[in-house]
Amino acid sequence: MEQLTRQEFFQLHRHRPQNNILEIQAPSNLTIAQPIGSGLNTFTGTWDQEALIHLLRRTSFGVRKEDVDYFSNKPMLEVVDEILYTPYKKPALPINDYNDKDFTDPRVHFGKTWINDYYWNENEGARVESLRAWWIRLIIMEQRSIHEKMTLFWHNHIPVEFYAVFYGAFLYRYLDTLQENALGNFKTIVKKMTLDGAMLNYLNGNENSKSSPDENYAREIQELFVIGKDLPEYFTEEDVRAAARLLTGWRIDWEKFAYYFDENQHDTTPKQFSSFYGNRLIQGKNGKTGGMEELDEFLDMLFAHPEPAKYLCRKLYRYFVYHEINEATEQNIIEPLANILRDNNYEILPVLDVLLKSEHFYDILNRGAIIKSPLDLCLGMYRQFNINLPNETNLRDRFLIPLYTAYNMGSMLQIPGEPPNVAGWQAYYQKPILDKVWVNTSSLPKRVEFAEIMLYYGYYGDTDKTIIDVLSWAKSLSRPDDVNALIEEAIALLLGITLDENIKAFLKNILLSDLPSEYYWTIAWNEWLDRSDDEMARGAVEVRLKSFVWWLLQSEEYQLM
Amino acid sequence: MNRKTFLRTLTAGVAVPSLLNGFGVKAYTANPLSGLTDTINTDTDHVVVLINLAGGNDGLNTIIPIDQYDALHRARLQVSLPEKSLLPITGNNTLAFHPAMLGLQTMYNEGLVRIVQNIGYPEPNLSHFRSSDIWMSGSDSNQFIASGWAGRYLNYEYPNFPVAYPNENMPHPLAMEIGYSQSLALMGPQTNMGYVIADIDWFYKLVAGKTGSIPNTPAGEQLAYIRLISQQSRAYSQAIVNAAARVKQQRSYPDTELAAKLKIVARLIAGGLKTRLYMVTLEGFDTHDSQVDKENHTLGNHANLLQMLSGAIISFMRDIKELGIANRVVGMTFSEFGRRVVSNSSIGTDHGAAAPLFLFGHPVAGGVLGKNPVIPRFVPEEYSIPMEFDFRSVYATVLKDWLCVPAQDIPSILQREFPYLDLFHKNLPCISSSIAQDNKEAGISLLSIAPNPVQDICTIKYETQGGQVLVHLLDAAGRIVATPANANLPKGQYDVIWNVESLPNGLYYCRLMNGNSIQTKNLIKIGT
Repeated sequence: MEQLTRQEFFQLHRHRPQNNILEIQAPSNLTIAQPIGSGLNTFTGTWDQEALIHLLRRTSFGVRKEDVDYFSNKPMLEVVDEILYTPYKKPALPINDYNDKDFTDPRVHFGKTWINDYYWNENEGARVESLRAWWIRLIIMEQRSIHEKMTLFWHNHIPVEFYAVFYGAFLYRYLDTLQENALGNFKTIVKKMTLDGAMLNYLNGNENSKSSPDENYAREIQELFVIGKDLPEYFTEEDVRAAARLLTGWRIDWEKFAYYFDENQHDTTPKQFSSFYGNRLIQGKNGKTGGMEELDEFLDMLFAHPEPAKYLCRKLYRYFVYHEINEATEQNIIEPLANILRDNNYEILPVLDVLLKSEHFYDILNRGAIIKSPLDLCLGMYRQFNINLPNETNLRDRFLIPLYTAYNMGSMLQIPGEPPNVAGWQAYYQKPILDKVWVNTSSLPKRVEFAEIMLYYGYYGDTDKTIIDVLSWAKSLSRPDDVNALIEEAIALLLGITLDENIKAFLKNILLSDLPSEYYWTIAWNEWLDRSDDEMARGAVEVRLKSFVWWLLQSEEYQLM
Repeated sequence: MNRKTFLRTLTAGVAVPSLLNGFGVKAYTANPLSGLTDTINTDTDHVVVLINLAGGNDGLNTIIPIDQYDALHRARLQVSLPEKSLLPITGNNTLAFHPAMLGLQTMYNEGLVRIVQNIGYPEPNLSHFRSSDIWMSGSDSNQFIASGWAGRYLNYEYPNFPVAYPNENMPHPLAMEIGYSQSLALMGPQTNMGYVIADIDWFYKLVAGKTGSIPNTPAGEQLAYIRLISQQSRAYSQAIVNAAARVKQQRSYPDTELAAKLKIVARLIAGGLKTRLYMVTLEGFDTHDSQVDKENHTLGNHANLLQMLSGAIISFMRDIKELGIANRVVGMTFSEFGRRVVSNSSIGTDHGAAAPLFLFGHPVAGGVLGKNPVIPRFVPEEYSIPMEFDFRSVYATVLKDWLCVPAQDIPSILQREFPYLDLFHKNLPCISSSIAQDNKEAGISLLSIAPNPVQDICTIKYETQGGQVLVHLLDAAGRIVATPANANLPKGQYDVIWNVESLPNGLYYCRLMNGNSIQTKNLIKIGT
């Protein structure tokens, strides 16, 4: 076997794709096969690495190689069970990690939690960001669980905007409730959110009184949180007004970061609902418990309707499976799932259990068919490449770097904690564009730019930085010394769909510097393994790996999951 | 987007040509969905700038019907504006602007603003999402349309887009939204017609690399979409950079996000983009609470928003005038709904129905269209202002009178006929070439001031065609602070020496009015 000269391999040019003429080949025929044949029966097809990666992609943010390895010999049912039923462990509380040379929190020391401290205008901005960075760290560091993905689902479904509420202690409790209940009960979450301090502030429940009813929450609980507007005939304006009166009297307890009921502000007259709710009349109730009794009756009325279960299942479907719901999907997937949800008193787990084990979920046509949200893209990148966050002793940088990522995601339209409004992100409701909304002529370049910075420059905190280490990433792969295996595994782990053979050949040329023998790569890789402190040996593989990874990260296929 | 129709536009039996090197690529079949050939667009250099006041603007606190003041004040004590704080308008003593809207007041008094009262639609919907979808799509209240009214107009003009675009006839984006995401209004029947940019100073250039085939699967359909966006992003970014670079100087704008966006719009129009529609958004009008400052109702969130709006628009108008493109540009505000008459206990107002909108620009016929809203003696809590004009009448009129769409084609864009309104000057030409206009105006400068900036004494030279001539000095808010000339003079050139020493330092406008001609020059007063 001929050896490549050292010199040849040490050309340290960046092997960027050239400005080739763009060619798009039209698909050979015009109809797309539709994934309608498959239903909710348990998946019995091939349970291979590709199917496992599909599951991990959809249920977490990005796919970690170590999780693929961990699950690789387990049967599908066991894997889904572990992802769904691993008990939730409450994370350490968010702390003051925001003090710097220009700002010192006078009430909470650096490193101590701020969640029980009262509002102070000068502090709240820092605490909101501290909470956001905390949340982002939880997502990046999550273990094998669907938990964070479901927390974000609920945040999108029943959102508050952190900057609109602007009170760290309340926002922490809002997020904590979502985390605690992420795999809990739909009806319970709606009730908890109705009485959540941040929500009472965000949608004016705190100002809703019998003398001047405020319809804000009364409208959104029906329109956005529970019933939706998918039906041609839905609730009426009278229902909104009746619900507003029913919900009067709930107040924020600013001392205890909780809620209380002020019976003097509660409207105790009867509330008449429309025929949509079976002309239900809810009698006004007096006394300290009147508000809660009416609220329970109201929620019972909402959840007695068949629509909430379908509405939520459609949202779950769009979030986990595919954006388009046609008649067959509605009939074969949504309706049976909605029945499961209702039969289980709105517990979420039985629905996810059936969906994530179903033949429909693993249908080949559903794979790769979601456009990544900015969180999937950016936070997923941390996990795909096992990028370490700054060490726990470096609190400042553990705070700063997630925030920079948050603001990068903002230019791609999604900052956790800052949905555009109470409807959540458009990608999950604005038909027909749905998840395509993530990709436009402004956001797509930002997405690619983020990848380039993560790969070539890194994001800097005060003293530390995060950057993709292609060498340690490649080392974690199964056969990094085999150029073909390396390419296949990288595509499987990173891209939403696979690539044509001619593109794989092109990628091989990047790794081989256009030389004919695949063995050159093996030699170079092994040479680096043998002499990992040799800068020349290291450079030879690192430069080529970076060019290779760069092509993958800027590809259109990388935008899919 | 329906994935089948999307792929059909993309594939239609031919390979999609390269957009990067695609100028001059021929031999496409026409889009089978449109049934139109690809060269019928009605040529015009007219531009529409849409300003979305997102959240539902409180029309009753924007342009106040002072003939209803007492009833209005009683019904909305928590947010009512003091009558004497309101800004009056010329020629109409029943309406006045919110005190934060000096800029729009000035423009109104110059005849550059059309106020259209009580715009709405039958069976108003009080949901933000539904109502803004209705405004953006131009649908009926109980109808869902997945495309936008402007998107359908652009599809009518450029039926094959995006196949074979950009091309020689239309090398630029059809519509642009300055911001981060695209509104439904610019969505066409098959594809996005708009191009979104966050700023023009800096573009990240996507690499045009090797691309693979698109599989015939749902994932492939998503991939095709991403590829299309990627191609458009690359193809248009250079044109935009070039256009922006052509404009060397602009007037200063207030330091607000909306003003920054409108500054970009002015720059791109003046830089030669053939783009016909621009969209910008100002958010925050959902003033359920803290609409006004509790102590001083002329301040607060709504006042800040109106000030941003008004300040940005007047800066934009002055800028496009100086850039020589004022005759090509018309602006329009819109909002998903107005707010209720009765205020709430959170010092705010809840979702309502009809509200006024503004059209502005030199081609616009200044004045008020429509009746003042009538406030009943006793106002029920949920009472909203009923509609007088359907918002689609405004769209129809803009399409016909400004964008030169033949009347018989308008129902294909707006579903049916809507009555036209009186919004523009009569007989506007479809091409109002800025160059011709520049040349024309450059030849006859009727007004000059020297020295300028001035400390005390200046000479104002003016020319009259004969008859009554008025020379005013106006402050930045549009108030007349001096009248250097007011006389009936024979045709000829005149000088007037004027002392401005007593005026506070700042920017003033010197305005000449004579017959049909109005010219304005800046005058800058500096300290001694």
